[in-house]
Parts: sequence; C-alpha cells; structure tokens
Amino acid sequence: MTHASLLRRITDFSSRADPYPLYEELRRTPVLHEEEDGPYAVSSYYDIQSLLHDPRISSDAAHLTAPGVDELSDPETTGLPPSFIRLDPPEHDRLRRIANSSFGPPHRPHRIDSLRGELVRIVTELVDGLGDARRIDLVDQVAYPFPVTVICRLLGVPREDEPRFRAWVDPIVAALDPESRNDPEAPVQRAAREARVQLGMYLAGLVEQRAREPRDDMLSDLVGGDGPDGSMSMMEVLSTAVLLLIAGHETTVNLITNGMLTLLRHPEYLERLREDPGLSVKIVEELLRYEPPVQLLPQRTCITDIELRGVTIPKGARIWLVLAAGNRDPERFKDPDRFDPDRADLEHLGFGSGIHSCFGAPLARLETQIALAELARRLDGPRLVEDPPPYRENAVLRGPRHLHLDIDGVRP
Amino acid sequence: MPAEQFHEWLRREGRIVVVGASLAGLRAAETLRAEGFAGSLTMIGDEPYQPYDRPPLSKAVLLGKASPDRTELPRRRGIDATWRLGVAATGLDMAGKRVRLADGDEVPYDRLLIATGVRARPWPKEEEAQLDGVCVLRTRDDAVRLHRRLKAAPRRVFVIGAGFTGSEIASACRDQGIPVTVAERADAPLVGALGGVIGAVAAELHRDNGVDLRTGVMVTGLEGDSVGRVRAAHLSDGSVVETDVVVVALGATRNTDWLAGSGLGAGPRGVACDAGCRAFDFRGIVTDDVFVAGDVARSPHPLFGYQFLSLEHWGNAVAQAEVAAHNMISASSDRIPHLWVPAFWSSQFGVNIKSVGVPSMGTEIMITQGSLAERRFVGVYGYQGRVIAAVSFDNTRWLEFYERQIERGAPFPVEYPTVDRRPEGRKPVPADFPDPSLPTHGPTVTLSGYSPADRRLVFTPARH
Ligand SMILES: Cc1cc2nc3c(=O)[nH]c(=O)nc-3n(C[C@H](O)[C@H](O)[C@H](O)COP(=O)(O)OP(=O)(O)OC[C@H]3O[C@@H](n4cnc5c(N)ncnc54)[C@H](O)[C@@H]3O)c2cc1C
Ligand code: HEM
Repeated sequence: MTHASLLRRITDFSSRADPYPLYEELRRTPVLHEEEDGPYAVSSYYDIQSLLHDPRISSDAAHLTAPGVDELSDPETTGLPPSFIRLDPPEHDRLRRIANSSFGPPHRPHRIDSLRGELVRIVTELVDGLGDARRIDLVDQVAYPFPVTVICRLLGVPREDEPRFRAWVDPIVAALDPESRNDPEAPVQRAAREARVQLGMYLAGLVEQRAREPRDDMLSDLVGGDGPDGSMSMMEVLSTAVLLLIAGHETTVNLITNGMLTLLRHPEYLERLREDPGLSVKIVEELLRYEPPVQLLPQRTCITDIELRGVTIPKGARIWLVLAAGNRDPERFKDPDRFDPDRADLEHLGFGSGIHSCFGAPLARLETQIALAELARRLDGPRLVEDPPPYRENAVLRGPRHLHLDIDGVRP
Repeated sequence: MPAEQFHEWLRREGRIVVVGASLAGLRAAETLRAEGFAGSLTMIGDEPYQPYDRPPLSKAVLLGKASPDRTELPRRRGIDATWRLGVAATGLDMAGKRVRLADGDEVPYDRLLIATGVRARPWPKEEEAQLDGVCVLRTRDDAVRLHRRLKAAPRRVFVIGAGFTGSEIASACRDQGIPVTVAERADAPLVGALGGVIGAVAAELHRDNGVDLRTGVMVTGLEGDSVGRVRAAHLSDGSVVETDVVVVALGATRNTDWLAGSGLGAGPRGVACDAGCRAFDFRGIVTDDVFVAGDVARSPHPLFGYQFLSLEHWGNAVAQAEVAAHNMISASSDRIPHLWVPAFWSSQFGVNIKSVGVPSMGTEIMITQGSLAERRFVGVYGYQGRVIAAVSFDNTRWLEFYERQIERGAPFPVEYPTVDRRPEGRKPVPADFPDPSLPTHGPTVTLSGYSPADRRLVFTPARH
C-alpha cells in the first residue's frame, strides 16, 4: 500500500475539518477491515441500523477479545464499575430503567419540560455575559458552559458548588482526547485522574446526603428509587452520574457549535431561524444527520461470528459503526451532502438506535434548540473569523475547539 | 385507449372512490395525492366522524387519559376530497362502476378502494345483547359509552374473551381499581394469537394485577334484572358472576355485507385480493379497478406459504393502503406487491407486547433473550426449520432483527448465542397453539437485500 489505510486517514487529525469525502470512500466497502486485529468498519445506513438491533452484538468490553488498544476506545477509566452504556442486558436494562424512571415518562414526565425555563435562563445569562465584545469564542463562552450547568441542575448539585464541580469536569473532558490518552503520564491525564478522584468523592458525599434527605432531583431518585427494579447501589449511582456527565457534555457542546458553524455557512437558514425560532426543531434534527457530534461508535463487538455483506466478522472483533457515514448514505437519504432542514424524512443515526439509543436525547434536543434560537436572535451580524475553525483532536466526539466569531453586538 | 394513455388520463382526471373513511382509507387517499393523482376523490364513511385512531380507544381513552373525540388521525397532507360521512355504502355495481349509498345516491368511479374494515362481533344471543350494560368496543361511540360505564363505579366488569382487546380492557379496569372478571374459552389469554407458552405468561399478568381470570370456560348466558339491566353472567362450569357491565370482546366480523351480490369474492372472512391489492371476483378472477386494503382485506403473502392472511393490524392497514393507492394509478409494470411483515403491538398491565411475523404459524418457540419469569423477553417461533415470527414483552427494540430473520427465512432453532440468553432459552419447546392445521412441504420464499430498494423475493422450490 502506498498510503496510509483509510481508517487511519479518517482518524488522522488532518481530516478533522472535513471527513465526509473519506466517509464516501469508506461506504464503497460496506464492511472494511484493513489490518489484522484492526476494526471492522461498517458505514452503510441499513447495515448500521441492523447491527444496532442485533442481539449478537455486544457493548460489553468483556466480550472484546481483539488484542491491542484502540485509540478510540473507552475513555471511562474512572475506577468505577462500568456504566450502562458499556453493559449488555439484563444489567443494562435494569440500570437504564432505574435511571429512566427519574428522568422521563411515565414516572417523571415533566422532568425535561419543566427544565425549559431554566435552560432559557442559563443561555440568556451566557449570552448576556458576552457584553460589548466584538469578537467572541462561541465554544468557551456559550456552548461549553451550558450543558455542564444543565447537568448540575438535573443531578441536583447545589448552585454554590457548581464552580467547583466545573473545575473538576474541565480536566476530565480535556483528557478525553485520544491523543493525550496514549500517554498516561501526560499532564492532562494526571490532572484528569486527580479530578476524577475529587469529583468521585464529592458525588459520593452528595449521594449519601440525598439518600438521607431526598429532594426533587435525579441523584435522590437514583439512590432512593422504590420502583419494581429497586434502587441503584452507591457505586452504580456514581457510575451513572459520571456517565450522564460525560455522555451529555462534549456531545451537546459539539452539536451547538457545529450548529452555529453550519448556519453561518448557510446564512439563509440563520435568517429564517431568527424570524422563526420554531424552525430550530428541524434544524437540530438535520444537524444530527449532517454533522453528528458522535461520528462513530467504536466499542461494539460480536459474541459469535456474524456475516455481513459476505464478510465474516469473527467473534470478539472490534466493530466500528460509523454513524456519520451512514447519515450521508445516498441509499438512504436523497442528496445526502446537502444541509436541508426541510427534509421530510429524517431518521438519522445521530443518537444511535436500539437499546443504547441516546438516553439524553430529549434533553440534548431541547438544549440545542434553545441555544441556537437564542444565538440567532441575539447575535448581531455574526461572521466566521476562520473557516474551517480549529478542531479538537477527538475523531469520535468531533467538533471545533474554538469558534471565533466577529459580531456587531449583542441584541437585548 | 392504450394502457399508458389510460393511466395518464386516470391520474389527471379520473374518479377515485374510497369506501371506509378510517385508517386505511385516509392513508390511501393521502398516498394518491402524494403520487400526483389530480382527479376527483370521494371518501365515503358510515361513521359521522373524520378519520380517527382506534388503538387508543382500549388504552388511554378507557383510562380517561385521552378524550375519545381527540383521537383524530394526524394528517400527512391535504387530500382535497369530497367527504360523504355518516352515510353507508349499501351496494356495488361492478359492471356500471357505481357505489350505491344508503341515502339513495350513486357515486360513479374509475377506481374503487374498499377499506370498510371490521366491526365487533356482538354477543350471539340477541335478547341478552340488548341488555343495558352489555357493550362492545370498536368505535369511538363504543369507547364513550364504555368509559362512561367505568366512571360510574361499577361493582364489577365482566369481559368475555381474553384476546388483545379483552385483555386491554381488563387492564384499564384494574388500573382504575375496578373489579374485573375475564372469561376465556382457551386455557389462557392471548392463546389464539401467541400460543400457550406466552399465554401462560399473560395469565400470570392478569392474576398478578388482580383480574379474576376464568379460563377453559364458556359463557352460557347473560342475565338481566326486571328493568332490563344486565346483572350476572352464567358460565359453563355452573358458576354465576354478578356484574354491572359486560364487555363482549369476541373478535370481529368483516364489513362485507354491503358487497353481497356484487359479484366480488367477498364474504365473512373478508374481501380476497392479490398481493397487489386487486380484489378477486367470486370466480377467483382478479379485477383491475377494485382494490382492497386494511382489516377487511385478505391477501396471499409469499413469505408465509402464500396463505391468505387477514390481519387486524394498524401497521398493515397503513402499508397496504399505500400499496393499493400506488397500484390504483400505475400501469401493471409499475405495480408493487404488499410484502409487509405483519407486526402488532399491545400495551396491557404496564407491559408492551409486540409481535412480528405470523406467530400462529409457529409450531415451536424459543426464548432467545430474557426470561418468561421476569416477563421481559423475546420469543422466536419456528415453522418447518425456519423463523416465522417473534414476540417480545418489554423488549421491543430487538424485534427489527428478528423481522430480518423472518424475511430471510433464517433457520430455526436459533443456534447462535444472543445477549441475555438464559438457560431456559437453549431449546425450543412446543408453541402450543390450539389447532395447528397448516400445510407442510411448501416452497420457501424469502426476502433478500440490504436496503428496501434492493429487496428481492427469492423462490426456492420445495424439496421432498
Ligand atoms: C379497541 C381497538 C384497539 C386496537 N389496538 C390495536 C393495537 O394496539 N395495535 C394494532 O396493531 N392494531 C390495533 N387495533 C386494530 C387497528 O385499529 C385496525 O387494524 C385499523 O383500525 C384498521 O383500519 P381500517 O381502515 O382497515 O379499518 P377500520 O378502522 O375498521 O375502518 C373501516 C371504516 O369503514 C367504515 N365502514 C364499514 N362499512 C361501511 C360501509 N358499508 N359504508 C361506509 N363505511 C363503512 C367503518 O365504520 C369504519 O369507519 C385496534 C382496534 C381496536 C378497535
Ligand atoms: C447532542 C447531544 C448528544 C448526542 C449526539 C448523543 C449521542 C449518543 C449516542 C450516539 C449514543 C449511543 C451510544 C452507543 O450506542 O453506544 C448515546 C448514548 C447515551 N447518551 Fe447521548 N448524546 C447526546 C446528549 C446526551 C445527553 C445530554 C445525555 C444525558 C443527559 C446523554 C446521555 C446518554 C447516555 C446515558 C447514553 C447511554 C445509553 C445506553 O447505553 O442505554 N446524551 N448518546
């Protein structure tokens, strides 16, 4: 071979700004396996969809026997037991049910909707905070602080502790970058480990307190659950809290940032959104297809040999489900490379599918709809300072590191 | 007129009449317009309402969580139709291409869609069926009446028949703390649809939720008081159950009476049609201007031994209506077959039940995921070494996989491991349907392909 393998080119940092031509190349070989012990990359919409419902596919790392470390695999080295995103049924189902009973219908039907006012307040404050600046960084000033504040409120972290909480989350999130993860002694990694210990102790204290004096928040519900599945153990509550924190953080940041970037590249929609905030619903769905924050699911395996498009994927092999490639599969979506929020048919893979499909989807949608509508309404004459913007290292949770905008001001 | 020109003319200014203004009728009309039909469209329905959805009637509506007049079907698009609501079709003149209406009108058509669905089978003893408090549940009006009865705090509700509808009604009663007795001729609820193995789980579900479930019994009579109100039900085991409300949930009868004498192949089992939704006449010859869709249709399915399937499934009504509509305005070379894999869902006693395929064809069942005891599982039905159906209790998200297995004629028993396989799921057991009377040694037909666009039927002749 004269040049690097396709999968390596995809994960290579130089592809980050626009991986889509590579995904197109990838789809030409629907099941691509380039190197011994390397992953089997699946990129067609229908294949991904079917594997996500296939009971021979596992999310449990214990079934993954392919040797070697995958630079994209599990960031969750927290010392806690695996959270439900890395478990198979029945454990997965039990934990997700308990978590769900404190998050949505039928037990807490209003948990998300009643957050709406709170979400609007948080975004409004962040945008107010831009002040008189004529150049802003959308990531650091809005997209990044927003979801972490939301998750604090949801879990029930007291207001006065939020700054401390965020100070621990920042290094943990920074350490998610695969680049730095290869070197456990890198300062980022050490900082993250330290922060995890601190965060873990803090959460443990909070959970104990909520076990004694429950309030109307998720931690109280998780630890005090009295449904048919009982409650979670202390360790399970901690893993779940950390999962919610991490799964809901970088993803939402990137959806908001990708959203603003895409809207600035398609100003007619920014204009329409300014006039009609209701359009944010369709815009967010199309963004989840067109620029999905989770580009691929890298940690699946199969518990027996499976056959797909004539290729046998051996038991224990690593399987990548390349959601972002499936989302632009012309076999599924007409004119897939066009950003078109008016599409009638929008069953994207942005939140995955099957039993692990995104738990936080209703919240993520609402957060992003509110953020984009508010930004469209209030930023006066936003312009990209550089296009493409600088990206984060991470190929899985892909998004800009900064999004510098020049603005003429902030409308009231 | 050459065929091509005819279809062009039909699309431009033809007259299409839809009889039955409910789920199948509406979805067909919407598809016609979406595919560019610009002629005149007439919707005839004997109920005085705009098309509404039935599944909520035995669920949210009985619980008082949804109002019966708020179950209108969402519209996918405008259909620009002439609506004739509140008037029944009473006859069909196939030669003259006209539909006769109860008010004496006649409506001419170039293409007709029959989507008259089914009605609840009434209690067979007419006098007893007239007693105040004896109900059925099929329409919105039925739901209003039944809901009113439930709200009046009855001493007890007596449900005859433990199929899906009967079970859902019992569930709604228990949810509101109303004492309920369910009488079922078979040995367990849902046996006809899902077999005895699953029926046993359903029976536990009833009993754990406080239903007084009587199985293996027949209801021999309903007794009224001096003013004509129902007061008790008599059972074949000699017992008598006092009750204020009796719900007859004995299945459905096809609405084909209006077609009597029309020359169509219509009868109590429905209107027979081919896989392209064209109705057969009584000689078994397929017509080219009369189409059928929804609960009233009976059509051969290649995946299931070409059996004529009658499906009372919401999803089938939609899919079949779309195919019928497409074929009504297409030349024969552009027609498509209705190859929908049957799927049905129900929610009762807090459990979501869903099935795909045709469970009643299954001779054996295997619990491939989860466990019967926990009432969270997937069961796979086998027929002649193939996967023919699957059912899930609170495990819906896996069913897509099994649907593919059914389409591909995947081998049964399921030898490969699956996540959450328990020891009980290693071997198949008899599915335990009351009377398996099915043909053997048929050819095998499967669906191949990775995407809907390259789906292909593959025919493998029988091996003897
Ligand atoms: C209580 C209840 C619960 C259900 N729950 C589920 C469920 O959970 N899952 C599921 O998959 N399915 C369920 N179903 C079945 C589903 O509702 C049907 O499959 C679906 O309604 C079929 O649609 P259709 O248009 O073919 O027939 P129908 O909805 O029966 O409509 C036929 C229409 O034609 C009218 N009509 C009949 N004769 C004439 C005539 N001569 N002239 C004019 N009009 C006429 C009828 O009055 C009716 O309005 C349920 C049904 C009921 C009643
Ligand atoms: C735009 C934002 C988001 C995107 C694109 C996204 C995407 C995804 C995807 C693709 C999965 C599937 C993972 C897999 O199959 O292995 C997933 C799972 C999950 N997400 Fe999200 N997510 C987002 C926001 C959130 C938020 C805000 C939360 C929490 C409040 C959250 C919590 C979770 C959890 C807990 C899981 C695991 C579910 C399971 O294993 O059953 N996500 N998410």
